[in-house]
Amino acid sequence: MALIKLNTNSLSDNAVTTDKIVNDGNLGNRNLIINGSMAIDQRNGGSSVTPTADQTYVLDRFGAGLSVASKFSLEQTTTVPAGFKNSMKATVVSAYTPGASEWFGFFQKVEGLNTSHLDFGTSNAKTLTLSFWVRSSVTGDYGFSLANSAQNRAYPVLYNISAADTWEHKTITIAGDTSGTWLTTNGVGLILLWSLGAGSSFLQTANAWGTGLGLGTTGQTNWITNAAATFYITGVQLELGETATPFEHRSYGDELARCQRYYVQLINGSDHSVSIGSALGSGANQARAVVQFPVEMRSSPSIVSNSGTNYFTIEGIISFNGPMLTTYKNTRAAMLYFSTGTTLTNGQSGVFRSNNASTSLAFKAEL
Amino acid sequence: MIITQAQYCSADGENNSCISAIINGEHHAVPLDPANSDYAEIMRQVEAGTLTIADAD
Repeated sequence: MALIKLNTNSLSDNAVTTDKIVNDGNLGNRNLIINGSMAIDQRNGGSSVTPTADQTYVLDRFGAGLSVASKFSLEQTTTVPAGFKNSMKATVVSAYTPGASEWFGFFQKVEGLNTSHLDFGTSNAKTLTLSFWVRSSVTGDYGFSLANSAQNRAYPVLYNISAADTWEHKTITIAGDTSGTWLTTNGVGLILLWSLGAGSSFLQTANAWGTGLGLGTTGQTNWITNAAATFYITGVQLELGETATPFEHRSYGDELARCQRYYVQLINGSDHSVSIGSALGSGANQARAVVQFPVEMRSSPSIVSNSGTNYFTIEGIISFNGPMLTTYKNTRAAMLYFSTGTTLTNGQSGVFRSNNASTSLAFKAEL
Repeated sequence: MIITQAQYCSADGENNSCISAIINGEHHAVPLDPANSDYAEIMRQVEAGTLTIADAD
């Protein structure tokens, strides 16, 4: 293969500059959002969920915010703009007009360890740019907000959806906040909130940092008031600088590992026999098992499990119902313990696995 | 976040090792770790007087 030599005859001096390659950011790892392509759905595998409680996570890293139960559903779909495989879809289940202090929408919380370079809360606070693809059956101005962990600093913005049922690419640039407290720990660094409906208590001045949790401004569209309305979003990217660069597609494995820092679905309620490890009897109707996590988790996780007749088994020894309890935990592993209903010989051990197609077991360290 | 049936659990019968609770409809075993957001929310609701944690069996 012939090589093409570049020299001053074919390429002007200074034609390629750092600013032309990248503006105030990195070539890789630009996107502060995890699962912005909506590819990972460990909990539900694409099934629709109608949240009944605030802070219900649906697709990985994206949670539902709601003041009243069962007004809208969320699900992973394959309705997408070019270049994407998945989106998150919201559907109005029961049209509702939000009261003054009520809101509906979804959010992603970004860990403080990943936002320390933004210098928020200092005079060096850096500008951020958010971009995403969106499609809605209802046109109008929609509210979005960036907030701190205490939700006493927020930057509400309106973005317009001009055509119904049509994918549109939106870009929002936000000047860094020089005030307020912004965590740079393994706590909440910042929160991105997309409003699908909000009462007057959440409406503040747009395009400015304010105190309190502003989610939009007067005149914004309350999508939740429209029966059977739909709203899709994908390609969510938050990056340093004033320019929205093309969406940073990561490998599925990379994106899954990032999600697993916050949630690991070990058994997903669709497979009868999933090995967990080995377990051993510790007397007093109890057995124990150590589980190592695939990645280091953000904090010691909660164990989320269900129970039912013989949902778990120590193969060939005993079956039992669950759920799991935990002790001796940290961010890398946990010891599960559970009641077996009968005393095992200390040290009696065997393969520990699920024993029912409905069994589920997960580790949760969400922000 | 809707939390019900909160109860301390003890692996050794002497020391509390986690809190068993139903959170948003799912059973959780929550570690006693302030960095865990479930534990932080349980403690916030206890502080607010809207949730009580039963002693371990």
